Amino acid sequence: MSIHSKIVDDLVANDIRFVTTVPCKQLAGVIDEVEARPEIFHIPSNKEDEGMGLCAGAWMGGKRPAIIMQNTAIGVTINTLATLIQYYRMPLPMLISYRGELREPVACQVEMAVHTKALLAQLNIPTYHFHKESDADELDTILKYTFMCNKPVAILTDASFWGGYGDQ
Amino acid sequence: MIRSEILKEIAPVIRDQLVVCNIGIPSQELHAIDDQPTNFYMLGTMGLASSIGLGLALAQDKKVIAIDGDGSVLTNFGTLPTIANNVADNFILLIVDNGSYGSTGDQPTYAGQKTSLAAVASACGCENVVECRAEDTKQAIEDALAGNEMTIIVAKCESGNAKMPVITMDPVVIRDRFMKAVQA
Repeated sequence: MSIHSKIVDDLVANDIRFVTTVPCKQLAGVIDEVEARPEIFHIPSNKEDEGMGLCAGAWMGGKRPAIIMQNTAIGVTINTLATLIQYYRMPLPMLISYRGELREPVACQVEMAVHTKALLAQLNIPTYHFHKESDADELDTILKYTFMCNKPVAILTDASFWGGYGDQ
Repeated sequence: MIRSEILKEIAPVIRDQLVVCNIGIPSQELHAIDDQPTNFYMLGTMGLASSIGLGLALAQDKKVIAIDGDGSVLTNFGTLPTIANNVADNFILLIVDNGSYGSTGDQPTYAGQKTSLAAVASACGCENVVECRAEDTKQAIEDALAGNEMTIIVAKCESGNAKMPVITMDPVVIRDRFMKAVQA
């Protein structure tokens, strides 16, 4: 089974039915898989804070949400995380492509990578870092934890986890 | 008419509906005029009322009215294509367009100048876009509620705020009672 299918299987098994995505090359396989699953309503968003608003509404409407985005979006969404998701105490799994780590070909990506964990730590957001494929074995437990504590939770997935950037 | 006068007029029409209300003075006004468990007040996060409303409408069957402002829609312009391309026929977006950033001192917005939010919404692909005078807002909402089609209402009104107290309710209390109202 591909890692993309395994990840989306875990989302479905945890009753996640509403997923918003912002495009990412590393996460393209997961996004395709989300789109293909009939159990999941997939709603692409134009910006990550918009996506978090959609997720907040879906959760209050009774559907478990998730957002799939790049780590640069942490810079975009700090206000939304603090004043919507955390302030109203809402669960939000964030599957994040951790650009700017080892094997990164684009130097500018490193500029946000160096801030990513510091910002998440400053926000007291539980953060998990998938570096090897077997790290994804914990995804199911992380999702259960997220909906147990009603917090945003970050799952950073770096280039090594995805097997590099291919021919980029 | 200013926004608070619109809210007073529409309060009897929206009081039994799920309402997601914009940050700042709009939420303070609605809270003071007719607080209901079916109201979700935004205490922060400018721009996301329409996104929260759409997510809520897509997740369940009850009708949802998002009360937004021209300034907040300008802040989250990406919301209009998302709304247009993910039609929820139980969703009504009411944009109270007073041409100003009311909560921050009535600085003018571009919507009060050259930019038409109704035209933008149509260009984004929204199919039922109604622009109305402030006085006709109540009727426009009644029509939208009766119509069972996703509707964007742009209500043009004058800028100005009523003096209302800040909402002191805890956000988790607002959210919890709202979720119970959603499930009721």
